[in-house]
Amino acid sequence: MSGIIAQNTLDNSGLIKAPAGGGSWTFIKKLTASGDSNLTMVDGTADVVLDSTYKVYLFTFTNVHPSASPYARLEFNLSDDTGSTFAATKTTTCIRSEYNETGGTPLLDYHTGLDLAQSTSNQPLGSSLGSDSDQNTSGWLELYEPSSTTYVKHFMARVNETNYNDSIFDCLYGGYANTTSAIDGIKFQMASGNIDAGDFCLYGLTT
Amino acid sequence: MTGIIAQNVGRTSGLIKAASGGTSTGAWTLIKTLTASSSATLSFVDGASDVVLDSTYPIYVFKFINLHPSASASFTFNLSIDSGSNYNVTKTSSHFRAYHSEDDSGGVLAYDTGFDLAQSTAFQDVTGDSLGTDSDIGVSGTMSLFNPSSTTFVKHFQVNLNLAKGNTESKNSYTSGYGNTTSAVDAVQFKMDSGNIDSGKIKLYGLGDS
Repeated sequence: MSGIIAQNTLDNSGLIKAPAGGGSWTFIKKLTASGDSNLTMVDGTADVVLDSTYKVYLFTFTNVHPSASPYARLEFNLSDDTGSTFAATKTTTCIRSEYNETGGTPLLDYHTGLDLAQSTSNQPLGSSLGSDSDQNTSGWLELYEPSSTTYVKHFMARVNETNYNDSIFDCLYGGYANTTSAIDGIKFQMASGNIDAGDFCLYGLTT
Repeated sequence: MTGIIAQNVGRTSGLIKAASGGTSTGAWTLIKTLTASSSATLSFVDGASDVVLDSTYPIYVFKFINLHPSASASFTFNLSIDSGSNYNVTKTSSHFRAYHSEDDSGGVLAYDTGFDLAQSTAFQDVTGDSLGTDSDIGVSGTMSLFNPSSTTFVKHFQVNLNLAKGNTESKNSYTSGYGNTTSAVDAVQFKMDSGNIDSGKIKLYGLGDS
Protein backbone atom coordinates (compact mmCIF):
# COMPACT_ATOMS: atom_id res chain seq x y z
CA MET A 1 0.00 0.00 0.00
CA SER A 2 1.08 3.58 -0.46
CA GLY A 3 -0.15 7.15 0.00
CA ILE A 4 -3.32 7.84 1.91
CA ILE A 5 -4.11 4.16 2.30
CA ALA A 6 -0.83 3.36 3.97
CA GLN A 7 -1.10 6.39 6.20
CA ASN A 8 -4.39 5.25 7.65
CA THR A 9 -3.77 1.57 8.02
CA LEU A 10 -3.90 0.74 11.72
CA ASP A 11 -5.13 4.24 12.47
CA ASN A 12 -8.55 4.90 13.91
CA SER A 13 -9.70 7.39 11.34
CA GLY A 14 -9.73 8.13 7.62
CA LEU A 15 -10.01 5.59 4.84
CA ILE A 16 -8.47 2.16 4.65
CA LYS A 17 -8.55 -0.52 2.02
CA ALA A 18 -11.15 -3.21 2.55
CA PRO A 19 -9.56 -6.48 3.68
CA ALA A 20 -8.79 -8.89 0.87
CA GLY A 21 -10.67 -12.13 1.15
CA GLY A 22 -13.29 -10.71 3.46
CA GLY A 23 -14.04 -12.78 6.52
CA SER A 24 -15.05 -10.14 8.99
CA TRP A 25 -17.87 -10.44 11.50
CA THR A 26 -20.68 -7.91 11.36
CA PHE A 27 -22.68 -7.14 14.45
CA ILE A 28 -26.40 -7.52 13.75
CA LYS A 29 -28.43 -7.56 16.95
CA LYS A 30 -28.24 -7.58 20.74
CA LEU A 31 -31.00 -8.70 23.09
CA THR A 32 -30.74 -8.19 26.83
CA ALA A 33 -32.85 -10.44 29.01
CA SER A 34 -34.87 -9.08 31.90
CA GLY A 35 -37.17 -11.72 33.31
CA ASP A 36 -38.08 -12.95 29.82
CA SER A 37 -39.75 -16.29 29.17
CA ASN A 38 -37.85 -16.42 25.89
CA LEU A 39 -35.82 -14.29 23.50
CA THR A 40 -36.22 -14.61 19.76
CA MET A 41 -34.35 -13.36 16.74
CA VAL A 42 -36.42 -13.57 13.56
CA ASP A 43 -35.27 -12.51 10.14
CA GLY A 44 -36.82 -9.23 9.10
CA THR A 45 -38.02 -8.38 12.58
CA ALA A 46 -36.51 -5.69 14.80
CA ASP A 47 -33.49 -5.26 12.50
CA VAL A 48 -32.56 -8.95 12.64
CA VAL A 49 -30.89 -10.38 9.56
CA LEU A 50 -30.95 -14.18 9.38
CA ASP A 51 -31.03 -15.00 5.70
CA SER A 52 -28.66 -15.44 2.74
CA THR A 53 -26.85 -12.19 3.52
CA TYR A 54 -24.30 -14.20 5.51
CA LYS A 55 -23.16 -17.80 5.19
CA VAL A 56 -22.28 -18.20 8.84
CA TYR A 57 -24.02 -16.68 11.85
CA LEU A 58 -22.58 -16.45 15.35
CA PHE A 59 -24.70 -16.13 18.46
CA THR A 60 -22.96 -15.23 21.70
CA PHE A 61 -24.59 -15.40 25.11
CA THR A 62 -22.99 -13.79 28.11
CA ASN A 63 -23.90 -14.01 31.80
CA VAL A 64 -27.23 -15.73 31.28
CA HIS A 65 -28.87 -16.03 34.68
CA PRO A 66 -32.03 -18.03 35.44
CA SER A 67 -34.99 -17.19 37.63
CA ALA A 68 -35.36 -20.81 38.76
CA SER A 69 -32.99 -23.54 39.82
CA PRO A 70 -31.90 -26.25 39.76
CA TYR A 71 -32.11 -27.70 36.27
CA ALA A 72 -32.94 -24.40 34.62
CA ARG A 73 -30.57 -24.86 31.73
CA LEU A 74 -30.46 -22.62 28.68
CA GLU A 75 -31.98 -24.10 25.52
CA PHE A 76 -32.60 -23.06 21.92
CA ASN A 77 -34.74 -24.02 18.96
CA LEU A 78 -35.00 -22.99 15.31
CA SER A 79 -37.84 -21.84 13.11
CA ASP A 80 -38.46 -22.22 9.39
CA ASP A 81 -41.68 -20.18 9.37
CA THR A 82 -40.51 -16.78 10.52
CA GLY A 83 -41.02 -17.50 14.17
CA SER A 84 -44.55 -18.89 14.09
CA THR A 85 -43.19 -22.14 15.49
CA PHE A 86 -39.79 -23.09 16.85
CA ALA A 87 -39.70 -26.83 16.32
CA ALA A 88 -37.04 -27.79 13.81
CA THR A 89 -36.20 -31.50 13.75
CA LYS A 90 -32.68 -31.87 15.07
CA THR A 91 -30.04 -34.56 15.57
CA THR A 92 -27.18 -33.57 17.85
CA THR A 93 -24.23 -34.68 19.99
CA CYS A 94 -22.93 -33.44 23.32
CA ILE A 95 -19.47 -33.84 24.86
CA ARG A 96 -19.40 -32.86 28.51
CA SER A 97 -16.44 -32.05 30.78
CA GLU A 98 -17.11 -31.23 34.42
CA TYR A 99 -15.12 -30.51 37.57
CA ASN A 100 -16.31 -29.38 40.98
CA GLU A 101 -15.04 -26.56 43.18
CA THR A 102 -14.41 -29.13 45.91
CA GLY A 103 -12.32 -31.34 43.64
CA GLY A 104 -13.30 -34.96 43.51
CA THR A 105 -13.75 -37.04 40.40
CA PRO A 106 -14.01 -35.10 37.15
CA LEU A 107 -16.14 -36.15 34.22
CA LEU A 108 -15.54 -36.35 30.52
CA ASP A 109 -18.12 -38.19 28.53
CA TYR A 110 -20.66 -38.22 25.82
CA HIS A 111 -23.78 -36.94 27.56
CA THR A 112 -26.75 -38.91 26.33
CA GLY A 113 -29.16 -36.71 28.24
CA LEU A 114 -28.30 -33.61 26.27
CA ASP A 115 -28.37 -34.87 22.70
CA LEU A 116 -31.31 -35.17 20.31
CA ALA A 117 -32.27 -37.75 17.70
CA GLN A 118 -34.71 -36.43 15.14
CA SER A 119 -36.41 -34.43 17.83
CA THR A 120 -38.28 -31.16 17.61
CA SER A 121 -37.55 -30.44 21.29
CA ASN A 122 -35.36 -27.57 22.37
CA GLN A 123 -31.63 -28.28 22.21
CA PRO A 124 -30.02 -27.86 25.64
CA LEU A 125 -27.12 -25.44 26.01
CA GLY A 126 -25.99 -26.65 29.41
CA SER A 127 -27.34 -29.01 32.01
CA SER A 128 -28.40 -27.61 35.37
CA LEU A 129 -27.50 -23.97 35.79
CA GLY A 130 -27.22 -22.70 39.34
CA SER A 131 -29.14 -19.64 40.44
CA ASP A 132 -26.69 -18.14 42.90
CA SER A 133 -26.39 -14.48 42.08
CA ASP A 134 -22.96 -14.92 40.47
CA GLN A 135 -23.74 -18.11 38.55
CA ASN A 136 -24.37 -17.94 34.82
CA THR A 137 -24.03 -19.52 31.41
CA SER A 138 -21.77 -18.01 28.75
CA GLY A 139 -20.75 -19.30 25.36
CA TRP A 140 -21.39 -19.24 21.63
CA LEU A 141 -23.34 -20.95 18.90
CA GLU A 142 -22.46 -20.98 15.20
CA LEU A 143 -25.14 -21.66 12.59
CA TYR A 144 -24.07 -22.49 9.06
CA GLU A 145 -25.95 -21.24 6.00
CA PRO A 146 -29.42 -21.19 7.54
CA SER A 147 -30.90 -19.93 4.27
CA SER A 148 -29.94 -23.01 2.29
CA THR A 149 -32.82 -24.84 0.65
CA THR A 150 -30.52 -27.71 -0.34
CA TYR A 151 -28.70 -28.75 2.79
CA VAL A 152 -29.45 -29.56 6.42
CA LYS A 153 -28.42 -26.76 8.79
CA HIS A 154 -25.33 -27.53 10.83
CA PHE A 155 -24.58 -25.82 14.11
CA MET A 156 -21.87 -26.05 16.76
CA ALA A 157 -21.73 -24.59 20.23
CA ARG A 158 -19.44 -24.41 23.22
CA VAL A 159 -21.03 -23.52 26.53
CA ASN A 160 -19.66 -22.76 29.98
CA GLU A 161 -22.14 -23.30 32.79
CA THR A 162 -21.70 -22.81 36.52
CA ASN A 163 -23.61 -25.90 37.51
CA TYR A 164 -26.00 -25.80 40.50
CA ASN A 165 -23.62 -28.12 42.35
CA ASP A 166 -20.79 -25.56 42.03
CA SER A 167 -18.89 -27.14 39.18
CA ILE A 168 -17.66 -25.96 35.83
CA PHE A 169 -19.70 -27.63 33.12
CA ASP A 170 -18.08 -27.37 29.68
CA CYS A 171 -20.27 -28.63 26.84
CA LEU A 172 -19.40 -28.97 23.18
CA TYR A 173 -22.40 -29.47 20.94
CA GLY A 174 -22.69 -30.33 17.29
CA GLY A 175 -25.73 -31.08 15.25
CA TYR A 176 -27.99 -30.21 12.40
CA ALA A 177 -31.53 -29.20 11.80
CA ASN A 178 -32.71 -31.89 9.46
CA THR A 179 -34.56 -29.69 7.06
CA THR A 180 -33.98 -28.26 3.61
CA SER A 181 -36.28 -25.37 4.40
CA ALA A 182 -34.57 -22.09 5.18
CA ILE A 183 -34.12 -21.39 8.87
CA ASP A 184 -35.13 -17.82 9.62
CA GLY A 185 -35.60 -17.65 13.37
CA ILE A 186 -34.08 -18.76 16.65
CA LYS A 187 -35.45 -18.84 20.17
CA PHE A 188 -33.58 -19.01 23.46
CA GLN A 189 -35.28 -19.91 26.73
CA MET A 190 -34.69 -21.68 30.01
CA ALA A 191 -35.93 -25.23 30.51
CA SER A 192 -37.98 -23.82 33.38
CA GLY A 193 -38.61 -20.32 34.61
CA ASN A 194 -37.39 -17.17 32.94
CA ILE A 195 -34.14 -15.68 31.76
CA ASP A 196 -33.54 -13.16 34.50
CA ALA A 197 -30.49 -11.57 32.89
CA GLY A 198 -28.01 -12.03 30.09
CA ASP A 199 -26.97 -10.62 26.73
CA PHE A 200 -27.53 -12.41 23.43
CA CYS A 201 -25.74 -11.08 20.36
CA LEU A 202 -25.99 -12.05 16.70
CA TYR A 203 -23.18 -11.60 14.16
CA GLY A 204 -22.87 -12.47 10.49
CA LEU A 205 -19.67 -13.57 8.81
CA THR A 206 -18.88 -11.81 5.59
CA THR A 207 -17.31 -14.28 3.19
CA MET B 1 -22.00 6.27 5.84
CA THR B 2 -22.94 7.32 2.34
CA GLY B 3 -21.67 7.11 -1.23
CA ILE B 4 -18.54 5.17 -2.08
CA ILE B 5 -17.86 4.39 1.56
CA ALA B 6 -21.17 2.74 2.19
CA GLN B 7 -20.93 0.79 -1.04
CA ASN B 8 -17.78 -0.95 0.07
CA VAL B 9 -18.62 -1.82 3.63
CA GLY B 10 -18.58 -5.58 3.96
CA ARG B 11 -16.88 -6.04 0.62
CA THR B 12 -13.39 -7.22 -0.13
CA SER B 13 -12.24 -4.37 -2.33
CA GLY B 14 -12.33 -0.59 -2.45
CA LEU B 15 -12.13 1.81 0.46
CA ILE B 16 -13.89 1.71 3.78
CA LYS B 17 -13.80 4.01 6.74
CA ALA B 18 -11.45 2.98 9.52
CA ALA B 19 -13.16 2.08 12.78
CA SER B 20 -12.59 4.22 15.82
CA GLY B 21 -11.01 2.85 18.95
CA GLY B 22 -8.75 0.23 17.44
CA THR B 23 -8.07 -1.78 14.33
CA SER B 24 -11.40 -3.23 13.43
CA THR B 25 -12.33 -6.09 11.17
CA GLY B 26 -16.06 -5.89 11.53
CA ALA B 27 -17.27 -6.62 15.04
CA TRP B 28 -13.80 -7.77 16.07
CA THR B 29 -11.38 -5.07 17.14
CA LEU B 30 -7.69 -5.81 17.44
CA ILE B 31 -6.66 -4.21 20.71
CA LYS B 32 -3.09 -5.29 21.26
CA THR B 33 -0.39 -7.59 19.92
CA LEU B 34 2.44 -8.73 22.15
CA THR B 35 5.43 -10.38 20.52
CA ALA B 36 7.49 -12.68 22.70
CA SER B 37 11.25 -12.38 22.69
CA SER B 38 12.63 -14.55 25.44
CA SER B 39 9.86 -13.17 27.62
CA ALA B 40 9.34 -14.46 31.15
CA THR B 41 5.76 -13.22 31.04
CA LEU B 42 3.40 -11.48 28.65
CA SER B 43 0.75 -9.39 30.37
CA PHE B 44 -2.31 -7.52 29.17
CA VAL B 45 -3.30 -4.90 31.74
CA ASP B 46 -6.26 -2.62 31.21
CA GLY B 47 -5.12 0.95 30.77
CA ALA B 48 -1.48 0.07 30.22
CA SER B 49 0.24 0.19 26.83
CA ASP B 50 -3.03 0.79 24.97
CA VAL B 51 -4.64 -2.36 26.36
CA VAL B 52 -8.40 -2.29 26.82
CA LEU B 53 -9.77 -4.97 29.15
CA ASP B 54 -12.84 -3.45 30.70
CA SER B 55 -16.52 -2.98 29.97
CA THR B 56 -15.82 -1.73 26.45
CA TYR B 57 -16.36 -5.24 25.10
CA PRO B 58 -18.48 -8.09 26.51
CA ILE B 59 -16.20 -10.79 25.14
CA TYR B 60 -12.42 -10.73 24.76
CA VAL B 61 -10.49 -13.21 22.65
CA PHE B 62 -6.78 -13.97 22.82
CA LYS B 63 -5.14 -15.60 19.82
CA PHE B 64 -1.91 -17.52 20.43
CA ILE B 65 0.29 -17.85 17.39
CA ASN B 66 3.28 -20.17 17.40
CA LEU B 67 4.40 -19.61 20.96
CA HIS B 68 7.74 -21.33 21.31
CA PRO B 69 9.28 -22.15 24.70
CA SER B 70 12.90 -21.82 25.71
CA ALA B 71 12.65 -25.08 27.63
CA SER B 72 10.27 -27.99 27.74
CA ALA B 73 7.36 -26.35 29.53
CA SER B 74 3.61 -25.90 29.81
CA PHE B 75 1.86 -22.72 28.74
CA THR B 76 -0.15 -21.11 31.53
CA PHE B 77 -2.23 -18.06 32.39
CA ASN B 78 -3.71 -16.28 35.37
CA LEU B 79 -6.09 -13.40 35.99
CA SER B 80 -5.77 -10.23 38.02
CA ILE B 81 -8.33 -8.03 39.77
CA ASP B 82 -5.82 -5.35 40.79
CA SER B 83 -4.41 -4.12 37.51
CA GLY B 84 -1.65 -6.68 37.43
CA SER B 85 -0.27 -6.26 40.92
CA ASN B 86 -1.24 -9.88 41.61
CA TYR B 87 -2.20 -12.73 39.30
CA ASN B 88 -3.97 -15.06 41.66
CA VAL B 89 -7.70 -15.20 40.98
CA THR B 90 -9.43 -18.27 42.39
CA LYS B 91 -10.41 -20.59 39.56
CA THR B 92 -12.32 -23.83 39.00
CA SER B 93 -11.69 -25.51 35.68
CA SER B 94 -11.78 -28.71 33.65
CA HIS B 95 -9.27 -29.97 31.13
CA PHE B 96 -9.46 -32.67 28.49
CA ARG B 97 -7.57 -33.43 25.36
CA ALA B 98 -7.12 -35.62 22.33
CA TYR B 99 -3.69 -36.71 21.22
CA HIS B 100 -2.11 -38.71 18.45
CA SER B 101 1.56 -39.32 17.76
CA GLU B 102 3.53 -39.14 14.57
CA ASP B 103 4.17 -42.90 14.88
CA ASP B 104 0.39 -43.46 14.89
CA SER B 105 0.27 -44.33 18.60
CA GLY B 106 -2.20 -42.66 20.90
CA GLY B 107 -5.43 -41.69 19.27
CA VAL B 108 -6.87 -40.94 22.69
CA LEU B 109 -9.60 -38.67 24.01
CA ALA B 110 -9.54 -38.34 27.80
CA TYR B 111 -9.95 -36.03 30.76
CA ASP B 112 -6.60 -35.07 32.29
CA THR B 113 -6.86 -34.69 36.06
CA GLY B 114 -3.44 -33.14 36.42
CA PHE B 115 -4.40 -29.89 34.83
CA ASP B 116 -7.77 -28.92 36.21
CA LEU B 117 -8.23 -26.58 39.16
CA ALA B 118 -10.62 -26.65 42.13
CA GLN B 119 -10.79 -23.25 43.78
CA SER B 120 -7.11 -22.69 43.15
CA THR B 121 -5.22 -19.45 42.70
CA ALA B 122 -2.45 -21.23 40.76
CA PHE B 123 -1.75 -20.48 37.14
CA GLN B 124 -4.00 -22.45 34.80
CA ASP B 125 -2.05 -24.91 32.65
CA VAL B 126 -3.73 -24.80 29.25
CA THR B 127 -1.45 -27.14 27.34
CA GLY B 128 -1.66 -29.92 29.92
CA ASP B 129 1.80 -31.10 29.10
CA SER B 130 5.19 -29.80 28.17
CA LEU B 131 5.77 -28.37 24.75
CA GLY B 132 8.68 -29.65 22.75
CA THR B 133 11.64 -27.41 22.07
CA ASP B 134 12.49 -28.37 18.49
CA SER B 135 12.77 -25.23 16.43
CA ASP B 136 9.56 -25.99 14.55
CA ILE B 137 7.47 -26.63 17.68
CA GLY B 138 4.94 -24.21 19.14
CA VAL B 139 1.46 -23.82 20.49
CA SER B 140 -1.39 -21.99 18.80
CA GLY B 141 -5.02 -21.49 19.65
CA THR B 142 -7.70 -19.33 21.18
CA MET B 143 -8.90 -18.23 24.60
CA SER B 144 -12.21 -16.46 25.17
CA LEU B 145 -12.92 -14.45 28.31
CA PHE B 146 -16.53 -13.49 28.97
CA ASN B 147 -17.45 -10.12 30.46
CA PRO B 148 -14.37 -9.68 32.67
CA SER B 149 -15.60 -6.34 33.97
CA SER B 150 -18.72 -7.78 35.59
CA THR B 151 -19.08 -7.11 39.29
CA THR B 152 -22.03 -9.53 39.50
CA PHE B 153 -20.98 -12.77 37.84
CA VAL B 154 -18.09 -15.21 37.88
CA LYS B 155 -15.76 -14.90 34.87
CA HIS B 156 -16.02 -17.75 32.38
CA PHE B 157 -13.12 -18.64 30.10
CA GLN B 158 -12.73 -21.19 27.29
CA VAL B 159 -9.41 -22.27 25.80
CA ASN B 160 -8.74 -24.50 22.80
CA LEU B 161 -5.15 -25.08 21.74
CA ASN B 162 -3.16 -27.33 19.50
CA LEU B 163 0.39 -28.11 20.45
CA ALA B 164 3.19 -30.53 19.88
CA LYS B 165 3.74 -32.45 23.08
CA GLY B 166 7.34 -33.46 23.32
CA ASN B 167 8.35 -33.12 19.73
CA THR B 168 6.29 -35.84 18.08
CA GLU B 169 2.71 -35.74 19.28
CA SER B 170 -0.18 -33.58 18.21
CA LYS B 171 -2.36 -32.61 21.14
CA ASN B 172 -5.66 -30.77 21.00
CA SER B 173 -6.54 -29.45 24.44
CA TYR B 174 -9.77 -28.02 25.83
CA THR B 175 -9.70 -26.05 29.06
CA SER B 176 -12.76 -24.40 30.47
CA GLY B 177 -13.54 -22.72 33.75
CA TYR B 178 -14.31 -19.59 35.66
CA GLY B 179 -12.57 -17.04 37.77
CA ASN B 180 -14.68 -17.39 40.91
CA THR B 181 -14.82 -13.72 41.72
CA THR B 182 -17.34 -10.93 41.40
CA SER B 183 -14.55 -8.38 41.24
CA ALA B 184 -13.73 -7.05 37.81
CA VAL B 185 -10.88 -8.86 36.10
CA ASP B 186 -8.65 -6.24 34.51
CA ALA B 187 -5.49 -8.09 33.54
CA VAL B 188 -4.30 -11.42 32.16
CA GLN B 189 -0.79 -12.79 32.33
CA PHE B 190 0.67 -15.61 30.23
CA LYS B 191 3.88 -17.50 30.89
CA MET B 192 5.60 -20.86 30.56
CA ASP B 193 5.77 -22.82 33.79
CA SER B 194 9.51 -22.91 33.38
CA GLY B 195 11.84 -20.90 31.20
CA ASN B 196 10.68 -18.19 28.84
CA ILE B 197 8.44 -17.68 25.86
CA ASP B 198 11.15 -17.48 23.24
CA SER B 199 8.98 -16.29 20.39
CA GLY B 200 5.46 -16.02 19.10
CA LYS B 201 2.60 -13.58 19.29
CA ILE B 202 -0.45 -13.12 21.49
CA LYS B 203 -3.16 -10.93 20.03
CA LEU B 204 -6.05 -9.50 22.04
CA TYR B 205 -9.37 -8.78 20.36
CA GLY B 206 -12.62 -7.31 21.63
CA LEU B 207 -15.96 -8.44 20.24
CA GLY B 208 -18.30 -5.48 19.99
CA ASP B 209 -21.99 -5.65 20.75
CA SER B 210 -23.27 -2.53 19.09
